[in-house]
Amino acid sequence: MVNRASEGLVGKSFDFPVERGKVLEFLEATGGDPEVFGDFIPPTYLTSAFFWEARVQGADVKEAVGFDPSRSVHAEQAFRFEGEPPRIGEKLQASSRVARIYEKVNRKGQTLTFVDVVTDFVDEAGTVRAVASMLALEFPE
Amino acid sequence: MSEDAKIHWADLKLGAELEAQLTLGPISRTDIVRYQGASGDFQPIHHDEPFAKAAGYDAPLVVGMYPAGVLGTWAAQVLGPERIRSIRFRFQAMVWPGDQLCAKAVVEKLDDERLEGEFHLSLVNQRDEEVISAQITAQFEG
Repeated sequence: MVNRASEGLVGKSFDFPVERGKVLEFLEATGGDPEVFGDFIPPTYLTSAFFWEARVQGADVKEAVGFDPSRSVHAEQAFRFEGEPPRIGEKLQASSRVARIYEKVNRKGQTLTFVDVVTDFVDEAGTVRAVASMLALEFPE
Repeated sequence: MSEDAKIHWADLKLGAELEAQLTLGPISRTDIVRYQGASGDFQPIHHDEPFAKAAGYDAPLVVGMYPAGVLGTWAAQVLGPERIRSIRFRFQAMVWPGDQLCAKAVVEKLDDERLEGEFHLSLVNQRDEEVISAQITAQFEG
């Protein structure tokens, strides 16, 4: 059950180094050619921030949202880069927030709860390099 | 990527389909596990058969970010990884182990001043149902 009170929650920031081995593993898992990508990350790579997020207590705001995995689905996902996508070797810092929780009634008359979790990625100079946004929805019991 | 292999701004036509096509699958459980390891999302509903069945599914459902990731990686490879500025996915239908997916890219918007192109990506399964709809934007140098 989604905890409505988690709206607005900002997680602790965590380090997210863009490492060659991890990028190569991700390219292999998604069918990419490392020669084509060179040092650039593939468009959905920032999703692998889970690993680093889990290492800092209070970073993963999804824990506070409290999705029921048997009733929730991933509805939308977006990544936006400021300029070129990040490259291997960059040391990013990220933090996630529960940007919005809202309800919608579907055609079957069910009330669906939508949760938008946004993660900002900044570089060592403090410049925003990328923003990831995950929209999940939970069906009623 | 060699310069010749890249798509040029002048070659883009609104509404036209890009030549490249993506085919993916049949998706195996190993594909799912490899992706979950790479992404760090270990949600058991995507690989643990008893867990998925207890949740009411016949099989572990494919984690949506796996086909989305393949779609994004493919599109970046076609357009040029350094040119990608954004990508947005809408998950339309569930994907199951054994599914065979294919995708095409269509030029949706062209901003001649900013040299920015938006492409619509549609990933469909073997029953011709759209499972993911996506938009990707790319910035082309002059």
